[in-house]
Amino acid sequence: MAILVDSGTRLLVQGITGREGAFHTGRMLESGTNVVAGVTPGKGGQNHDGIPVFDTVAGAVAETGANASVIFVPPPFAADAVFESLDSGMGTICCITEGIPVHDMMRVADFIGTKEATLIGPNCPGVLSPGKSNVSIMPRDIFTPGNVGVVSRSGTLTYQIVNELTQRGIGQSTAVGIGGDPIIGTNFIEILGKFEEDPETECVVMIGEIGGNAEQLAAAYVQNEMKTPVVAYIAGFTAPEGKTMGHAGAIVSGGESTAEAKSEALRGAGIRAATNPSEVAELVAEALGR
Amino acid sequence: MDLYEYQGKELLRSYGLETLPGVVAGTPEEAARAAETLGGTVAVKAQVLIGGRGKAGGIAVVHNATEAREAAERILGMDIRGHTVRRVYVEGGAEIEKEYYLSITVDRAAKRPLILFSTEGGVDIEEVAETKPEAIVRTHVDPLLGLLPYQVREIVFSAGLTGDAAKGVGRTLNSLYKAFEGLDASLVEINPLVLTKDGHVLTLDSKVTVDDSSLYRHTDIADLHDVEAADPQEQRAQEVGLQYVKLDGNVGILGNGAGLVMSTLDVVAQAGGKPANFCDVGGGADAEKISTALDIVTSNEQVESVLFNIFGGITRGDEVARGLLSAIERTGIELPIVVRLDGTNAEEGRRILAENTPDNVHTEETMLDAARRAVELARGTRDSDGGR
Repeated sequence: MAILVDSGTRLLVQGITGREGAFHTGRMLESGTNVVAGVTPGKGGQNHDGIPVFDTVAGAVAETGANASVIFVPPPFAADAVFESLDSGMGTICCITEGIPVHDMMRVADFIGTKEATLIGPNCPGVLSPGKSNVSIMPRDIFTPGNVGVVSRSGTLTYQIVNELTQRGIGQSTAVGIGGDPIIGTNFIEILGKFEEDPETECVVMIGEIGGNAEQLAAAYVQNEMKTPVVAYIAGFTAPEGKTMGHAGAIVSGGESTAEAKSEALRGAGIRAATNPSEVAELVAEALGR
Repeated sequence: MDLYEYQGKELLRSYGLETLPGVVAGTPEEAARAAETLGGTVAVKAQVLIGGRGKAGGIAVVHNATEAREAAERILGMDIRGHTVRRVYVEGGAEIEKEYYLSITVDRAAKRPLILFSTEGGVDIEEVAETKPEAIVRTHVDPLLGLLPYQVREIVFSAGLTGDAAKGVGRTLNSLYKAFEGLDASLVEINPLVLTKDGHVLTLDSKVTVDDSSLYRHTDIADLHDVEAADPQEQRAQEVGLQYVKLDGNVGILGNGAGLVMSTLDVVAQAGGKPANFCDVGGGADAEKISTALDIVTSNEQVESVLFNIFGGITRGDEVARGLLSAIERTGIELPIVVRLDGTNAEEGRRILAENTPDNVHTEETMLDAARRAVELARGTRDSDGGR
């Protein structure tokens, strides 16, 4: 078991002929992901790494039965790509693109409410279930199959922590990068819920950062709804107010959005909160009784 | 991107919001002339991209050109929370009957625009939220439908407005929502929105923040970016596409990935040091990009040691090590540099560094050890050259 993507995933790559799309399609294929189609408007009928390319998502779905998509489309066109995917009945959509306007994302988020679909991202590294499926730009070499679920707003911080887990011999069920933008398709709570239901996941690592209050909402959820132990880490204690720290969503703007407030909420909910990435792996080992 | 009050007001006016007449002035003479032209009582307001200018003495209400000149002389050049005042906005006066608060923000949790309206205007809204939460009306807008007429009525009537106030605030709400959408704003705030004695509803002070990610479709707004007001290192970083934020410590920090760099800053602080900056060089091992980043980080004179924290993901550690060595050679930096390299092919990367590094480059295996080392070295530099 894993969450969101597994061996039944039939993946479509939107923007497959672009630089990033092409590069990561190759890597996903190497990981054994079942990539069934690509879409680049105007390049329908071509072949990319043996994958058929279509002009439209609807055309690709009709021919190949794709049920998940990953988006590498530039920011001005990315929201449209998500709409297109949603309208073609995709179940899981990972939007890797960074820099989509917030207003575009509010409209996308609104529309998702009318569909049975899960959007991961944007501005995220995607989803990887080690040994099962890779719908991501994550470096798969650092992963190893196991029982720890990882959910994070940051890419490299996820890699850092996954690497420390792997080095300690602790494997991962699925790693989900939910994205660093202010408006994202799926927040901590929905992913935590999926991990809670996943029989294979025995512990969850949640990696948050400054900006918004998603960590506080997650803390309440963990306290009230979860039996699976959760280890958390928050980045950005030294971030000054009003400055965007790399991710569009990582900005301190009021009391709730600080790292202190988030850590306090997590500890208040009885969640193990680490003070640095290495400590995360220690706390996970402790939670798993190793 | 934050806009100055005068810039924001000009944009809001184009969406139909009513403001008082005003003129931007860069010198006391210009301020005096503006006061003369506007006539009567005017406000001379510091233009800075930070709040709290009123408390800092950045606003003066004056009655003639001479007083306007004196006020501008005092305010121009003032430092307000680290921001130098280089322009004032001279604005006409009004007879105020009542002050309100109105804003539209992006509610991240609800994923929708959120309108806040309060009849308790002119004060800090966070204070009102704490002391008198019932005085704030909150309304979410469906971004696909837009602000509906009934929602405007609900806001206005539940706030207890009637007559001119109800009509004027209603009109303002419609215009402000159009501006919020049209400008791709992440915040539009009017505080106070005032009802004048003769029944007009006017935008007295406003704040407009435009979503940086949308600037590609608002080149007119992007052009308003004040290059002079920006920190020179931040400005240069922005021009070359690097994520850089200046802080006030002495440990320069570079890394790949926003989250990892934020975490590096925290670990340096935990080790007793003070980070001098945030700098995300992104993925890849491009020697040119790393050189530019190193150059920007070390051009901050406060920097006494540099911590380079890299996690090799898809870009392998050995490639990163080669890129880094080439960048160090190119920039010729003599400050102590601590390199921590982990991830894919990290051992190979560390071996390359160990064999080829100049004396000022130190390698550490873990983030914590690297942070401690960088903090120690920063102290060392300061001691050895007399705390420059």
